[in-house]
Amino acid sequence: MLEIHNLHAAAGGRAILKGINLTVNRGEVHAIMGPNGSGKSTLAGVLAGRGELEVTDGGVTFQGQDLLDLEPEERARAGVFLAFQYPVEIPGVNNAYLLKAGLNEGRKARGETELDAMDFMALIRDRMKLLEMDDALLNRPVNEGFSGGEKKRNEIFQMAVLEPALAILDETDSGLDIDALKTVAAGVNALRNSERSMVVITHYQRLLNYIVPDSVHVLSGGRIVKSGGKELALELEKKGYGWIETESAPATA
Amino acid sequence: MSTAPETLEELAKQEYKYGFVTDVETDSIPVGLSEDVVRLISAKKEEPDWLLEWRLKAFRVWTTMVEPNWHNVEYSPIDYQAISYYAAPKKKPELQSLDEVDPEVRATFDKLGISLDEQKRLSGVAVDAVFDSVSVATTFKDTLANLGIIFCSFSEAVREHPDLVRQYLGSVVPHSDNFFAALNSAVFSDGSFAYIPKGVKCPMELSTYFRINAANTGQFERTLLVADEGAEVSYLEGCTAPQRDENQLHAAVVELVALDAATIKYSTVQNWYPGDENGKGGIYNFVTKRGKALANAKVTWTQVETGSAITWKYPSCILQGDNSVGEFYSVAVTNNRQQADTGTKMVHLGKNTRSTIISKGISAGRGQNTYRGLVRIGKGARGARNFSQCDSLLIGDRCGAHTFPYLEVKNTSSQVEHEASTSKIGEDQIFYCRQRGLSTEDAVNLIVNGFCKEVFRELPMEFAVEAQKLLGVSLEGSVG
Repeated sequence: MLEIHNLHAAAGGRAILKGINLTVNRGEVHAIMGPNGSGKSTLAGVLAGRGELEVTDGGVTFQGQDLLDLEPEERARAGVFLAFQYPVEIPGVNNAYLLKAGLNEGRKARGETELDAMDFMALIRDRMKLLEMDDALLNRPVNEGFSGGEKKRNEIFQMAVLEPALAILDETDSGLDIDALKTVAAGVNALRNSERSMVVITHYQRLLNYIVPDSVHVLSGGRIVKSGGKELALELEKKGYGWIETESAPATA
Repeated sequence: MSTAPETLEELAKQEYKYGFVTDVETDSIPVGLSEDVVRLISAKKEEPDWLLEWRLKAFRVWTTMVEPNWHNVEYSPIDYQAISYYAAPKKKPELQSLDEVDPEVRATFDKLGISLDEQKRLSGVAVDAVFDSVSVATTFKDTLANLGIIFCSFSEAVREHPDLVRQYLGSVVPHSDNFFAALNSAVFSDGSFAYIPKGVKCPMELSTYFRINAANTGQFERTLLVADEGAEVSYLEGCTAPQRDENQLHAAVVELVALDAATIKYSTVQNWYPGDENGKGGIYNFVTKRGKALANAKVTWTQVETGSAITWKYPSCILQGDNSVGEFYSVAVTNNRQQADTGTKMVHLGKNTRSTIISKGISAGRGQNTYRGLVRIGKGARGARNFSQCDSLLIGDRCGAHTFPYLEVKNTSSQVEHEASTSKIGEDQIFYCRQRGLSTEDAVNLIVNGFCKEVFRELPMEFAVEAQKLLGVSLEGSVG
């Protein structure tokens, strides 16, 4: 599904990712953990095609094609979804309208017919139940006046509607209280299947109690310094990130 | 990466989509302006003496006036003696049906996607098509006539309903009102006239499409709408112009008269040729639009201004009667080298008069967008209220937005509120939309349309769709 090979990336001339290697197979959920500033969000941004990030070396293959060669919207239409850490507000633009436009762009790209308003409404009603979304959020402008929790829930709701092949969740747990976290996690889990891969980026192990990953990777200084099973997350929770950074110090020297 | 700021301008290079010229023989008079030219225009139109006298009065006032220079737009001086003040298609057919319209003209409308027969058949819109200065087709007249509604070209109104024209012409915008209005009063060629009788609710949107088509011909349209007591009417004005290399002057006057408890809604989608990306060749649009509202009457202006090299336009409301209401909803777009100085005047004279101003300015490329608005609350306008909101959206970093609100309040029982904001389309917003699968262009359209929503929802449905499309065309190329 996703193969990241020796990925180097910089922002504003400053090197942030310094050789990431990662393979995510179909249906797998990988968690990427790491201290602040380790490059987690940069990795998410590079995969989604954020303009201000510059790939300086290495490559990314997604479903056999060169991901970095695609424009952000082409990646989205090919099935790459990013749940934003900080979802932006777009005043005056109806939430459902944006979603319908995005969904139909994807369908067009796949050679499917566009959904009309009726079919679309049926689809989103169904998905809203999944996220216990309030109807009102649909017809409000995108993220405008949403609470932090509502914004994150809205991201996962969008994912549920767009049904991507690869979902990248960038600190979806940040700013959520425990109830909201459970709802969001339940939504994510409902979308897990043997076809869909996920990369879950988080600072805290807490989220991984609810979204149980197949693999856990620790990102530090722009590299993956340790990989393991879900138990690695628990170990990190106990010991913090310090021991890994110490352990991996020779590698970064 | 293509969302980088330096490429924000890339998309701006799309050519004006409606730039083409129809080859119709034109009956023009030589360039220049004098009393003789005014007389000639009046004679060509076989006008009554009172109208000629009115024109001459306006002309004499105009010669003593100075072109205004207080606006925030720049252009090379206009040589008023280098303009031809009259053009009419040479073949003036007596039309019984649309089939008799010059095929060239028909084709032009088709290119614009506003084919008359389609309009007639599908949309229930009566179209008074102004081609250059003479109306070539009028539809739905019978339906309207049964209700006593008069909707015709200005010239026809002068012939058929001289008393009404004489009573109301210049009653809202006097012949001496301002430089451009005086010029228009002297030389106006044609335009539209509508009269809605007492208590009649006009069953369809009235619509006129304007189009400048003869090179070197200034356009001086005159529109007069009268809604008698308790009447209601919604009027649509939309225009596009063919691509031209020389600046073309357009100085229209629109007068609205809303008698007691009448309602007039006047919507405009303006798409005159804006000039090329260096600002060469666009239309100069100096328009005077004003409505008068008597007791309990309501006048609403909604405008979407995407065209013209220069826009100078302040659709205004004189709230003369008690409890009258004035509204102004505006979207003004400037891209490339376009300049717009537009806004409104709300003059509160009657008691408990209310006005609302919602202005959305969008600047892209090197466009300069100015909102200029006056809210004047007279001594006798006790309990008057105004709410103004002026928002500006910037696309790229070479454009400008300016806001000049003027407030004059002469009593203590009135309430005036003003809100203003300026924002920039964020790369983050565009990226967010692209991550959901939208192209950059669609993302910009979406964001801009969201910004303009409060205005678009005031437009009649089919017009709102057209306005959104136009906005897309106007901003194509502003973000890459």
